[in-house]
Amino acid sequence: MRETTMAGKTLYDKLWDAHLVKERDDGSCLIYIDRHLLHEVTSPQAFEGLRLADRRPWRLGANLATADHNVPTTNREQGIAGIDDPVSRTQVETLDKNCDEFGIVEFGIQDRRQGIVHVIGPEQGATLPGMTIVCGDSHTSTHGAFGTLAHGIGTSEVEHVLATQCLIQKKMKNMLVRVNGQLGPGVTGKDVMLAIIGKIGTAGGTGYAIEFGGEVIRNLSMEARMTICNMSIEAGARVGMVAVDDTTIDYVRGRPFAPTGELWDQAVESWRNLHSDADAAFDKIVDLQGEDIQPQVTWGTSPEMVTGVGGEVPDPEREQDPIKRGGIERALQYMGLAPNTPISGIELDRVFIGSCTNARIEDLREAAAVVKGRKVSPRLKQAMVVPGSGVVKAQAEQEGLDRIFIDAGLEWREPGCSMCLAMNADKLGQGEHCASTSNRNFEGRQGFGGRTHLVSPAMAAAAAISGHFTDVRELMQ
Amino acid sequence: MRAFTQHKGVVAPMDRSNVDTDMIIPKQFLKSIKRTGFGPNLFDELRYLDEGKPDQDCSQRPKNPDFVLNQPRYENASILLARSNFGCGSSREHAPWALEDFGFRAIIAPSFADIFYNNCFKNGLLPIVLPEETVEKLFQATWAEDGFELAVDLEAKTVTTPSGEAYSFEVDDFQRHCLLNGLDDIGVTLEDADHIRTYEDQRRRTAPWLFRDLSAG
Ligand code: SF4
Repeated sequence: MRETTMAGKTLYDKLWDAHLVKERDDGSCLIYIDRHLLHEVTSPQAFEGLRLADRRPWRLGANLATADHNVPTTNREQGIAGIDDPVSRTQVETLDKNCDEFGIVEFGIQDRRQGIVHVIGPEQGATLPGMTIVCGDSHTSTHGAFGTLAHGIGTSEVEHVLATQCLIQKKMKNMLVRVNGQLGPGVTGKDVMLAIIGKIGTAGGTGYAIEFGGEVIRNLSMEARMTICNMSIEAGARVGMVAVDDTTIDYVRGRPFAPTGELWDQAVESWRNLHSDADAAFDKIVDLQGEDIQPQVTWGTSPEMVTGVGGEVPDPEREQDPIKRGGIERALQYMGLAPNTPISGIELDRVFIGSCTNARIEDLREAAAVVKGRKVSPRLKQAMVVPGSGVVKAQAEQEGLDRIFIDAGLEWREPGCSMCLAMNADKLGQGEHCASTSNRNFEGRQGFGGRTHLVSPAMAAAAAISGHFTDVRELMQ
Repeated sequence: MRAFTQHKGVVAPMDRSNVDTDMIIPKQFLKSIKRTGFGPNLFDELRYLDEGKPDQDCSQRPKNPDFVLNQPRYENASILLARSNFGCGSSREHAPWALEDFGFRAIIAPSFADIFYNNCFKNGLLPIVLPEETVEKLFQATWAEDGFELAVDLEAKTVTTPSGEAYSFEVDDFQRHCLLNGLDDIGVTLEDADHIRTYEDQRRRTAPWLFRDLSAG
């Protein structure tokens, strides 16, 4: 283990130490898990494993389940029967059955609180500062925005957590990503994170727990901090975190599962310590300057293939490294893009505003502000908005955002993962270009042969209006 | 879990970096509630020319002749040679399930994504990190020689070429122990049940808000 007694502790060190149950002789550690989130895709084999070994969940009340990946974004009044694909239906039914059988609380697909698992945890106060949080989903890093130690796990680990409330872990290294200065207008948390990934690469954070700090991060809302932590995994890091401050505490206060009364005061007092000590040592520090960050657009098939909206698709000829050159060539071929094409020259077929990265209320407000009083380009086959949860949807409707979207020609859908990974009916057709607020632009991610460009909600909204990428700052003038 | 001690097998070269788990097993196959049967859909979008659907007879589908695993010389490959950041992206354990079901026992790469790396050990699949130069040499050797084989020894932590060149690799002691013995790590953890209870009792006193029972509403 690293010597941590002399220097101060990082936030990650503190969270780790507070959850260490036992360090074994071989250096592996047993870490206690406070919150376990479940969804339909990565849990069935884990429940089956429990049954086969005749085991019960260790602490039922620590678990929260919801169906999100497979759920349709229309016809929700029919419940599970409204899922056309029988294989998807079985998976959602299996989650219901497993939660019933074991006694795990689940927000079913007709529950108003249902939504993408990483949206509902914070929204319900099931995510609290200082917790360890895991889920069979790599974007569990989202919850790190609350000063938690949160990361994705595989299905065998889902079973392990259910059965023991612990995980076997090795400590990661500490990385600090500092975003200094100020962001310009029209530049959002998503752009910050895409710029970070562009800088350190998709393997840049492998083996590290990243803490995001600096003035820009301190000034961001919880929603934007969640967007940033969400995509830590796209930078290779399982864990992304932000220190707790008033913004965090104000967000958590009054949430359904948050503590109240005396317990709240006691909790807040302990949460105030959830930051890295001034003299804490990091294994690696990366600095970015907020003023340098432009609205970002990915042009390739990996999130690190990204540039500013004013930029161009790269020319593989100019890349020295043969493996990288091959990667660029393959990506351009898949994306159907010629070298040196200006980003603003990329024409679009669809726009998707949604996912655990960008489907919270603030994201929808940003998108609505851009499309308000305008019309979606006739070039587009479809532009859709999929709120992250039933609660977000209700809030947006109360604010009239749904009307703004519908009037502009965007579709207003029911909550779920939707076209982020296209496990339900929402997909790209072959060769179609999509401006998407999700987190992965991998080949086939949004549909067989589909071409994804990752952007912020504001940039997706601007693209919906123009039919191609446009600098959203021009629409804001 | 199937134990892994030693293995000798044909090597297949997967010559691209950042191979993500969406590529290893596309989402439509994640709808299965089983752990088995993913092998025919391993690398589905690269391997076949049409769009794959769950529960399809893959033997009838048009294959992409350019894809490495479709080349006869790699037909019985059981060791996958890959580039950096293999297994990045989603945490889906279906990725190692598919690789294992296809017949792979080990994967060699200069680096792996964290979650995927961990998931492999839970499924009798050994991920081996070797330096970039070594991996490059192995690629050259694999391309040069039909039926090129490597021998992997987890006990000795070595990979050996037919000509007797041995490369050693690092692996976590606990993960190695579980894999060598095919151990279920839940059983191992439950041997420490008393430690877990003691931790919980102490934590419940100092941070009671962490123990709110969600199932009680
Ligand atoms: S929205 Fe996308 S990234 Fe997020 S949990 Fe759903 S599928 Fe995964």
